Amino acid sequence: MDKKLEPIVKSLQDKFSATFEEFRDEVHLFVKPEQIVDALTLLRDEYNFELLSALTAVDYYPQETPRFHVVYQLTSIAKNLSVQIRVPVNGSSPKVPTATHVYDVANWRERELLDMFGIEFDGHPDPRRILSPEDMEGHPLRKDFPLGYEEPQFTFNFDEIDLRKPYAKE
Amino acid sequence: MGVEQKLGNMGVVTTTLEGVVNWSRTNAMWPMLFGLACCAIEMMSAQSSSYDMSRFGMELMRASPRQSDLMIVAGRVSKKMGPVLRRLYDQMPEPKWVIAMGDCASCGGVFNNYAIFQGVDEVVPVDVFVAGCPPRPEALIHGVMTIHEKVKGESFKQYAEKYKQTT
Repeated sequence: MDKKLEPIVKSLQDKFSATFEEFRDEVHLFVKPEQIVDALTLLRDEYNFELLSALTAVDYYPQETPRFHVVYQLTSIAKNLSVQIRVPVNGSSPKVPTATHVYDVANWRERELLDMFGIEFDGHPDPRRILSPEDMEGHPLRKDFPLGYEEPQFTFNFDEIDLRKPYAKE
Repeated sequence: MGVEQKLGNMGVVTTTLEGVVNWSRTNAMWPMLFGLACCAIEMMSAQSSSYDMSRFGMELMRASPRQSDLMIVAGRVSKKMGPVLRRLYDQMPEPKWVIAMGDCASCGGVFNNYAIFQGVDEVVPVDVFVAGCPPRPEALIHGVMTIHEKVKGESFKQYAEKYKQTT
């Protein structure tokens, strides 16, 4: 771990009882959903993490419960540091408070997570799907979303599939 | 045929009305720009000087659906693009034709997933499918020639029936 990161990790551990992992010199801090806004505000105001360079999620279904990790990748341009905050949320009704009033850039990122993983962000100013059509069902980046879409047609099942294919009208 | 044999060369050609109409349709077919992906590059190449689609009266790519009668869907159609494609197709005046250019527009190609239409025939009725990933300009021109053959074989009766179905 970078020496400059040690006091930052220490203070997060003290204030939020955050657990901490290190993987190939990258620092991952785990906090609870209700603490994330305070943690981000602290990092932005006290430790110069002025850039939220990525906000994404990982689905660990079926190996882990809670299945989702919401990942906040923060960068400090002034100090040349980066730190990752992870928020584990469970699968049945995943909810995290919004970070839009800490980092403006979180707005579209959170809409993407709502679209792709179905993770809801409490207090988001514009909670709509961002990439998929409005009327789409399901969340495509979840591990239990069905892969693929169309059965391949071969000679033996061509007619059978042809009957139920949704051809367009004139 | 009979008249020319009897009267000699008068600078007159006789034919059927259907023949004239179909000939003029094939030789001034204006395609609509619908480049969606890498196939669009090959479509541009088909119009450039080395392949020169204007030999067939197709040098005018129209940006407006109101002025075009052939839609070349060049590339994969995403689920969000589908309604736009259908709307543009509905805005084209009759008679109109559609070429699905490339594997993605024909059957989804390598994109067998939630975001891409598995063949543009789910959105608009397609007359000619051109295979290839992407098809070479020669293949596209062959597709165009195929659609010309199809148009030349159409009759007023077919148009009338098609019109009845749509209204």
